[in-house]
Amino acid sequence: MTELNKLTIADARDALRKGDVTSAEITEACLTEIEGADALGAFVHNTPDLAREQAKAADARLQAGDAPAMCGIPLGIKDLFCTKGVPSQAASKILEGFTPEYESTVSQNLLDAGTVMLGKLNMDEFAMGSSNETSVYGNAVNPWKVDDRQLTPGGSSGGSASAVAADLCLAATGTDTGGSIRQPAAFTGITGIKPTYGRCSRWGVVAFASSLDQAGPMTKSVRDAAIMLEAMCGHDMKDSTSADIPVPNFEAMLTGDIKGKKIGIPKEYRMEGMPAEIEKLWADGADMLRDAGAEIVDISLPHTKYALPAYYVIAPAEASSNLARYDGVKYGHRAKLEAGDGIDEMYAKTRAEGFGDEVQRRVMIGTYVLSAGFYDAYYNRARRVRALIKKDFDDVFAAGVDAILTPATPSAAFGLGEMENADPVKMYLNDVFTVTVNLAGLPGISIPAGLDAQGLPLGLQLIGRPWEEGDLLNIAHEVEARAGFVAKPSKWW
Amino acid sequence: MSIDTETARKVAHLARIKVEDDRLPELAENFNAILGFIEQLNEVDVDGVEPMTSVTPMRLKRREDVVTDGNMPEKILSNAPDAREGFFAVPKVVE
Repeated sequence: MTELNKLTIADARDALRKGDVTSAEITEACLTEIEGADALGAFVHNTPDLAREQAKAADARLQAGDAPAMCGIPLGIKDLFCTKGVPSQAASKILEGFTPEYESTVSQNLLDAGTVMLGKLNMDEFAMGSSNETSVYGNAVNPWKVDDRQLTPGGSSGGSASAVAADLCLAATGTDTGGSIRQPAAFTGITGIKPTYGRCSRWGVVAFASSLDQAGPMTKSVRDAAIMLEAMCGHDMKDSTSADIPVPNFEAMLTGDIKGKKIGIPKEYRMEGMPAEIEKLWADGADMLRDAGAEIVDISLPHTKYALPAYYVIAPAEASSNLARYDGVKYGHRAKLEAGDGIDEMYAKTRAEGFGDEVQRRVMIGTYVLSAGFYDAYYNRARRVRALIKKDFDDVFAAGVDAILTPATPSAAFGLGEMENADPVKMYLNDVFTVTVNLAGLPGISIPAGLDAQGLPLGLQLIGRPWEEGDLLNIAHEVEARAGFVAKPSKWW
Repeated sequence: MSIDTETARKVAHLARIKVEDDRLPELAENFNAILGFIEQLNEVDVDGVEPMTSVTPMRLKRREDVVTDGNMPEKILSNAPDAREGFFAVPKVVE
């Protein structure tokens, strides 16, 4: 077997169980690829020794016949996950030098399943961004390239997307607060699912906006997403919002039968000025589902337009509160103080030095919308609008819709630096199709479905009913099979 | 609602982020762009709508009120920029 790093999780699992290959061999193939891929800026803390040790343990487990599906699979872990003894910085200067004494529940679940950690992956600082340009480590770069320009892999899980698309690992963890799994997946031609809020424990994942954050897998196929999601989720006493409901065998739910499923096409997602290619991709997706026996229905989600503005009140408000803990006392960076500086100067200087521009901006917006006199006008109003956005979805599902089909992003990947001088709101528009899903706590998946005229990947998004990830994956699996997306970026790095 | 540099200064102080005076006008401009975008929410009729507190209708789980963790001061302090004699150390707070 050659190029073991290119395997899917499903193929690697089967080969590992048959004894055709060892985890040590797959891990070594990935480590070699990572070494030659500095230009992608995907891996930011490499853990080759740990990976080799874990691969050895996984091989022993496989030999003993005790092998969960993910046993021996080498993964990249987003820097937002706290990993014991391995730097975990959320791509921020303020967490420089922070080495957790504990392991996040999701990464622990993966370790318990026998996975191998190759290292930590680049991201936007504190997951705030849509282009991976706010990282203290520098940009992650999209392996897809059509001219001289370097393209963004999207954000905030940009390093995860880049690493999976470039076959540096078999799969990666991501997190999604407003689209941070689905948008980068779409920009790099891979699959990414954000499960229902509460499916994955948030314990040990650096918090951005606690009512919106969810972890999920970023993979090379829908089947892989099903396998890896099952290993990641489950109830956790350490996260009070973690759902105490059984985790089904998601892979077993990929039956290929979606006859009679009702798929909604929301008219509000037909944005003014939407590129013709995106419109076509969306229509093609609907045709594929119709051909597979699904019923396509027009639906309305009337408050869609207000999702982004509501998000840009709620997410910064929660962030300003969550990020208050970075004060130069307990961990990470502390500013050098001048004679006479007191504790207030220490806080203010530490946070000014430690947080990047976008993070500072959002913390301050959050502080403003929560401040006396504005709390009702901004924060409470946004939470009311959020209730209406969720009700839009509830109504549609109550009318019998099983899933909703939309484009994943309003465009293909753009060039790094191209949005540098744009108004911050322009960057926020990247999440226009994905952010509603976080506000309503629903599962959403992005599947690569085609290439644009330049040859860059485009993704479709499917949104499911709460806790019905299995059904959602099954429908996504049909889109994947019919779209037949097999394109890969050609290696330039 | 428009934010002036004085308000920007106040917000920066509340957030405990030091912003130099010469950066305040740009910051105020950024705030205004974002708040202008947020103003759209005023178009929505929210009469009688309760603010959302939990996206999934779940009751928070309760557990026994017992100590399940602790006795690890070294681990707690291991990442501190300044720790002395089992404590986090900060600049003098009391004169």
